[in-house]
Amino acid sequence: MSVPLVLARRRLGALGRPTGAGQRPRGETLRRLLRSRSAVVGGAVLAVIVLAALTAPLISPFDPIKTNQRLSLEAPSLGHLMGTDRFGRDIFSRVVWGGQISLPIGLVSVGIGLLVGVSVGLLAGYYGGWLDAVSMRMVDLLLAIPGILLALAIIAILGGSLTNLMIAVGISAIPDYVRITRGTVLSLRQREFVLAARVIGCRGPAIMLRHILPNVMAPLIVLATLGMATAIITGSALSFLGLGIKPPTPEWGNMLAEGREFLQHAWWVAFFPGAAIMLTVLSINLLGDGLRDALDPRMRV
Amino acid sequence: MLTYITQRVLQAIPVLLGISVLTFLMLHLIPGDPVSVFAGDKPLTPERATELRHQYGLDRPLVVQYWDSTSRALRGDLGVGLRSQRPVLDSILEVLPGTVQLTLAALTLAAILGIGLGIIAAVAHGTWLDTAVMAIAMLGISTPVFYSSLLLILFFSFTLTWFPATGQGGPERLVLPVTALGLSSASVLARLVRSSMLEVLRQEYVTTARAKGLGPPIVLLRHALKNALIPAVTMLGLQLGALLGGAVVTETIFSRPGLGRLAVDAILNRDFPLVQGTVLFAATAYVLVNLVVDVSYATLDPRIRYR
Repeated sequence: MSVPLVLARRRLGALGRPTGAGQRPRGETLRRLLRSRSAVVGGAVLAVIVLAALTAPLISPFDPIKTNQRLSLEAPSLGHLMGTDRFGRDIFSRVVWGGQISLPIGLVSVGIGLLVGVSVGLLAGYYGGWLDAVSMRMVDLLLAIPGILLALAIIAILGGSLTNLMIAVGISAIPDYVRITRGTVLSLRQREFVLAARVIGCRGPAIMLRHILPNVMAPLIVLATLGMATAIITGSALSFLGLGIKPPTPEWGNMLAEGREFLQHAWWVAFFPGAAIMLTVLSINLLGDGLRDALDPRMRV
Repeated sequence: MLTYITQRVLQAIPVLLGISVLTFLMLHLIPGDPVSVFAGDKPLTPERATELRHQYGLDRPLVVQYWDSTSRALRGDLGVGLRSQRPVLDSILEVLPGTVQLTLAALTLAAILGIGLGIIAAVAHGTWLDTAVMAIAMLGISTPVFYSSLLLILFFSFTLTWFPATGQGGPERLVLPVTALGLSSASVLARLVRSSMLEVLRQEYVTTARAKGLGPPIVLLRHALKNALIPAVTMLGLQLGALLGGAVVTETIFSRPGLGRLAVDAILNRDFPLVQGTVLFAATAYVLVNLVVDVSYATLDPRIRYR
């Protein structure tokens, strides 16, 4: 079970009253965030990683795909900062380019989870009745299947590709977002400001989007940030198993799988792509923890 | 108590039904004709398609197919693997002990390490020790199992040559995979135990116990820990899912036969009956284990029953 899910479960209890940035001046939240040293470090490291991936064509010294057998498995040196792999490709260049695949997997799958999860959560919480009953049973069902098993099943059906990987990881994240959104909606549905909006003639969608959604934003931002870390791990795990992005496309998970064969004699082939995953996930987690403390101190672990 | 158990069992039934429907539908959700799955390497002529469709019962209405497959699954018949031509259940039961051994050992390690470190951090709240433990836990949460596995192999198998890198059998072959698998769950647990311990230590009854003159170890272990562990127990049940998922990766890296390895190989070979069988089996096991955890948990803490 993913960390965010458990955090979400703990947090659901704290959702009695409206939370979040809506109530507090934006500057205050930012100031809290900047006061957290780990959040600042996490944010800075993440920014460097994202920037490196975005500027891959400019900063990578070598072609990430073109092979050169004469350079096979060279140890890290000034010429090849992270050494070369079996086919003589520069690992530093491949790690930098790999960010262009691994980071979007996290981003898009969290996007899928957010979009579907928040919509279902809003509708189920607001309208209740059979809609709520059916969607909660679906959520129970999805929660009953461990995330990676669900992703494996979806990959088994759709086959392994970048798009399918994003869909698989995204679907397995949906329940977290449904639960947290629905929980907040339920607690707000009968509050005065919602009733007032209804009295002055606001229709359901407007109330949900303009009056309720802003109150779910704080926990959603935190959940989405931490969910990005889980998504990147799941995505690279599937590629590592040979069920996601296939070589020669550089992706951190499949590079790690290639490096596994040479671990004993050429540790650098696996070490650096793995370090890239770990550093990315670590920086996201640090940022997520800081965001949680800044946006909603009551959710602190 | 009995009402609680009945209620909890009744809740599990629709979930189990849903799982059976989803795994059944897997075959029919594949883009294209489901019969192509069974064709193997031979070209699929229209005659052969009709023949296969009849052989595997795909020419019957979906409801009939579902009823048939589910009632057979309940009797322990999960079909026959396309590659091995062996009953799916036999393949699963053959590798199951390996996975159970791995996950239980990792769960034990996670519990001991996670609870221990969590208590230490809570007691040393605000000191360098607290910071250090939490930093390690953060690192543990952020390191994917497949990376920690490789690092452990690199260091303990290749550099120090203390433990063998791969294979099954003997406790020395269990040390590295269990450590790799248990570390991330231990980290999650340590963070949780620390925060719930800190919360409990602020309670009035703890102050009362202290005021009565009880020594710190007694207050800590008798009064605080018992209540602080309640969320940790739920978390352990939930972590089982993470461990099962981690086992998929760990078994591959350490070349151990197991349920995870079986599922991945089945997907790679497009052996659909085997994929469906392992998914159905693992998901059902997960639901049942969490059912047991919930019930035993309610016996431990009467408050749960009345919620």
